[in-house]
Amino acid sequence: MRDRLIFSAQLIFTLIVAAFLVVPAGMSITAGVTANYFRGIASGVTLQWVAQVWELYAPTILLSFVIAFATLAVTLIVGVPAAYALHVRGGRLSRIVEEIITLPLAIPGLAIALALLLTYGSFGEFRRSWAFILAGHVVFTMPFMVRSVMAVFATLDIKTLDEGAASLGASPWQRFRNVIVPNARPGILAGSLMVVTLSLGEFNLTWMLHTPLTKTLPIGLADSYASMRLEVASAYTLIFFVMIIPLLVAMQMFADKERAR
Amino acid sequence: MSAAAGHGASVRIENCGKTFADGTQALEPATLDIARGETLVLLGPSGCGKTTMLRIIAGLELPDAGGKVLFDGKDMTLVPIERRNVGMVFQSYALFPNMSVADNIGYGLKIRGVAGKERASRVAELVALTNIAGLEDRRINQLSGGQRQRVALARAVAIRPGILLLDEPLTALDAALRDRLRGELNRLLRALGITAIYVTHDQAEAMELGDRVVVMRKGAIVQIGSPREIYFEPRNRFVAEFVGAANVIEAPLADGHLLMPGGRLPVDATASLPAAVAMIRPETVGIVEVRTAPLTGIIDSVSFVGDRQRLVVSGAAQKPLTVDAPNTIKVKAGERIGLSIAPGAVRLLPPEV
Repeated sequence: MRDRLIFSAQLIFTLIVAAFLVVPAGMSITAGVTANYFRGIASGVTLQWVAQVWELYAPTILLSFVIAFATLAVTLIVGVPAAYALHVRGGRLSRIVEEIITLPLAIPGLAIALALLLTYGSFGEFRRSWAFILAGHVVFTMPFMVRSVMAVFATLDIKTLDEGAASLGASPWQRFRNVIVPNARPGILAGSLMVVTLSLGEFNLTWMLHTPLTKTLPIGLADSYASMRLEVASAYTLIFFVMIIPLLVAMQMFADKERAR
Repeated sequence: MSAAAGHGASVRIENCGKTFADGTQALEPATLDIARGETLVLLGPSGCGKTTMLRIIAGLELPDAGGKVLFDGKDMTLVPIERRNVGMVFQSYALFPNMSVADNIGYGLKIRGVAGKERASRVAELVALTNIAGLEDRRINQLSGGQRQRVALARAVAIRPGILLLDEPLTALDAALRDRLRGELNRLLRALGITAIYVTHDQAEAMELGDRVVVMRKGAIVQIGSPREIYFEPRNRFVAEFVGAANVIEAPLADGHLLMPGGRLPVDATASLPAAVAMIRPETVGIVEVRTAPLTGIIDSVSFVGDRQRLVVSGAAQKPLTVDAPNTIKVKAGERIGLSIAPGAVRLLPPEV
């Protein structure tokens, strides 16, 4: 009896917390398809706001995905070998490098953006291109890739696997390709998942780094909240959800399958 | 068996010491020669430097400046492990979880560019040699500990290495399996005729497998010798107690006899010292009639262990004496017992430093 009471209390608490998070999202989504938000859903359901958003912001959405996958590519190419090197080398120097890579987690995005602007702001071409935002996103997401790959290395004793492959005659590159990367796959997948979603949703840094011609999805969202009808902004949120949720689910399923192997 | 072709290399390590970055000295500079085809065991408690020495030979650690590693007389000190042609079996086996058993065994051959067909036949040969037929397509996490050990061995041997390095390969297994695999490993090493360097902290493994045993302690070599030498003629108290069971007794010495509370024990003493540290193996102590015994004591305890019974006898020597008695004699705790020890079985050790 007492157990059931505790269970019920826990269930209710969980549901309340979930509702606290889910209801605003639901409200926002319904607002996006309501003809007139102030008159409520009774005013009719429409896709006109969604269409308007698409018309106005399609390039920002596209650019967001380009930047997200470019960020993923860079963090993969740089982050995985970096994690490998840091893990195998070990020692104090590696710890220091690891801390430096992790630093952007603790520093506000605005500060990172400011530093990038101060350093590279005068490189006009670079400053004006989306590569500038890419640089910011790479700095911001790199710790997630490096950390999640290193976490897998730690559970696998990758150093001994590496030594095993070396004893069989494999060169460092062969070891990396045949042994390290295949065994680090769960960490690489988890890291990729985080990098892509973080990059797609990143606002702080991007807001500082963007130009009118290099707006990303969240910047467009802020833009529409500031300057458009509430319905348009809500429709934008709806598009954001539709874009990002299937991606999240797909990557999560991929990761689960990998873990089950 | 084509795998049996003797293709061992000789090894010489010259002045190889190892000091780690934090200043701890894992290995004092040591020089050691290992003959072609020999099985050398590095034996010692954990932290004695045996694994460090193996890793220096493997090429996984660089010796301190001045140290040299030579294979067949060729200086290999700066050659990385992947070009030393050594086979290595790790304590944790280091099998690749992303590959099947067959791919693990064939990996070194694949790296060497051995064509698929030839590789497959070599893998099949090793699967047969190590008794793991039927497991070729399994994944590593589907194998038992003993099976993993065999795969690791097959993989290391597949590349026909000049030297086989084994780092506590049986430690991760339970006792019964360890005993069985130890025998198999011994037969395999003899059949391959390969130079092997085997690290262990288990003296039974060292005895069975080693042509020679190197006993190490705190980063230094204490004694090098055949298993018999190490067992019967330990250089000091540490070796005596680490290798097998031993009674180590400090007693005064007078005209060729050790003077003990339970009697006088004749020894082969050449020097006339006032006192000595003597080692007596439990199995060299004979049980004799009390009236005529050179040494008597009271039985403290009797443990029957099947093939023999182990007695602890007090009052005979300066401290309780462990004695292995035949399993047929009838004794019980509290009885007085007569003991005799042949002079040759009492080994005098140098006094402790």
